[in-house]
Amino acid sequence: MGQTMTEKLYAAHTATGVAKAGDIVMVAPDVVLINDVSGTITIEQLECMQVPGPRYPERVVLVADHFSPAKDVISAESIRLLRRFGRQFGIEHYYDAGNGGIEHTLLPEIGMIGPGGIVFGADSHTCTAGAFNASGMGFGSTDLAAAMALGELWVKVPESMRVEIVGSPRPYVTGKDIILSLIAAIGSDGAANLSIEFGGPGLCHLNVDERMAVANMAVEAGAETCVFEADEQVHAFAAEHGWQQRSAVAPDPDASYRSTRVIDLNTLEPLVAVPPSPANGTVLSKLIGTKVDQVYIGNCSNGTITDLRQAASVLRGRKVSREVRVVIVPATNAIYRQAAAEGLLEVFAAAGAAVSLPTCGACFGGHMGVLAEGETAIATTNRNFKGRMGHRDSRVYLANAWVAATAALKGEIADPSMLAVI
Amino acid sequence: MITSACVHRYGDNVDTDTILPGRYLTLRRPEDLAGHCMEGLDPDFVRRVKAGDIIVAGRNFGSGSSREHAPLAIRAAGISCVVATSFARIFYRNAINIGLPVFECPELVAAVRSGDRVDVDLVEGAFTLGATRFETPPLPAVIQSIVDAQGLVPFIAREFKRRAADGANR
Repeated sequence: MGQTMTEKLYAAHTATGVAKAGDIVMVAPDVVLINDVSGTITIEQLECMQVPGPRYPERVVLVADHFSPAKDVISAESIRLLRRFGRQFGIEHYYDAGNGGIEHTLLPEIGMIGPGGIVFGADSHTCTAGAFNASGMGFGSTDLAAAMALGELWVKVPESMRVEIVGSPRPYVTGKDIILSLIAAIGSDGAANLSIEFGGPGLCHLNVDERMAVANMAVEAGAETCVFEADEQVHAFAAEHGWQQRSAVAPDPDASYRSTRVIDLNTLEPLVAVPPSPANGTVLSKLIGTKVDQVYIGNCSNGTITDLRQAASVLRGRKVSREVRVVIVPATNAIYRQAAAEGLLEVFAAAGAAVSLPTCGACFGGHMGVLAEGETAIATTNRNFKGRMGHRDSRVYLANAWVAATAALKGEIADPSMLAVI
Repeated sequence: MITSACVHRYGDNVDTDTILPGRYLTLRRPEDLAGHCMEGLDPDFVRRVKAGDIIVAGRNFGSGSSREHAPLAIRAAGISCVVATSFARIFYRNAINIGLPVFECPELVAAVRSGDRVDVDLVEGAFTLGATRFETPPLPAVIQSIVDAQGLVPFIAREFKRRAADGANR
């Protein structure tokens, strides 16, 4: 029996070199990733474990992103704890406001993940790494303390769901719509206990940013992880960003899958996930005219330069509605600089949008754009659970950057094809 | 054995944002988290809950964010265990790791409503509602060993010492 990509990745990170779906194995990840929210508990638990410190400090990445730059004294103290921990153990990879960004977007950018790699992160969206022919798995804080202490952690190797992407996308259809359509089809636990493996001839139409948007939300279908097949785009990205640790994996032709699905890009329309579930993907045309109070473009799924370019195409030379507040959040410092170099930040500011520093910010109701009671947002983020971005009676619609930016002009959900910007 | 534990019954897909909203993620002391437990879904929960009560919910309990603050808040609020049809993987691991007992028992989920009284045997993973007893299958060995150690912190402390001794004896 052949192996899936997931089995190959996990086998390559065990002492025995063996990992079949269903096996419980000890896996040594290339990277362990913590942030200012999860990491504070990790650091305290690691101390309670009475170990000298991280087994492999060079594999630890510390990112202040959730309440960064600090919003108050208590969040400042969390960031200080992360920084001090990094200093204490000589951890090179510490990132703070001004040199970092949102962890999952940052990781590939700094060459810490790429083809064949595994990252364990104390954040559910660690699965974003799947875009790069790698596996990211999310855990809680204490599991990450264990992974730091021993340099390895127990996991059950997941079975895989194969998703074949075919065709080519229509205008204004993006990676966001692919993943929203998949989650709508299988439900919010439709990939529970599974890895989702993406491949097929349609992949060439998705740049690395769009693949990250897909991989990022695999967890919203309950997936443990996900893996994209590698191609020239991914290899070129990895080479440019300095990843050289591991070899890419490809699925064997006779690999065994729990299930197989096909997504045809030719028939896909822009989708919007209606609150309160990412599984509520609905065709855009059914939601035209829905009033919004805030537009939020950013986060670890869709805060990339690709998203900012799409938003800028819509907003260039236009003004946002006076009825709406628009917050745009480049995901990393490098993306912020790239957007500045391309003049996109000026486009946004001239249109009447606020541009924030890189941060997880309001996506999780933290800061920098939290919603009041009764307010509605359309956001390029990944979760629209009840009260996710603020008050328990606020609402979030999830959409791609074209659709979100178009809503900014109208103060209501609208169709970007009316603008004919591409 | 906990006798006559009061049931707090919720539906499917209870996510960790509603268990412990993101704005409270700067907190991490259990007593601070307890006061906001279930606030996004059931703001009255913290006033009703009594020590030993249980949460019973449907599919995919604890979905979404990996925040360990969610099971910490539930445990600190006095909940003795969570029973669900199924759990999201990260929440399940977090609960086991911090010593919050969690059980998958679809039959009990189907049988109870909020306010029902259930006898709970945490060691056996068994529940008694009226004259009916509900049992859950044994845990996989790796999970049982973490439960037996009373959480992942003592488990790893012991494992680290064992490995260090092995290395010294080799």
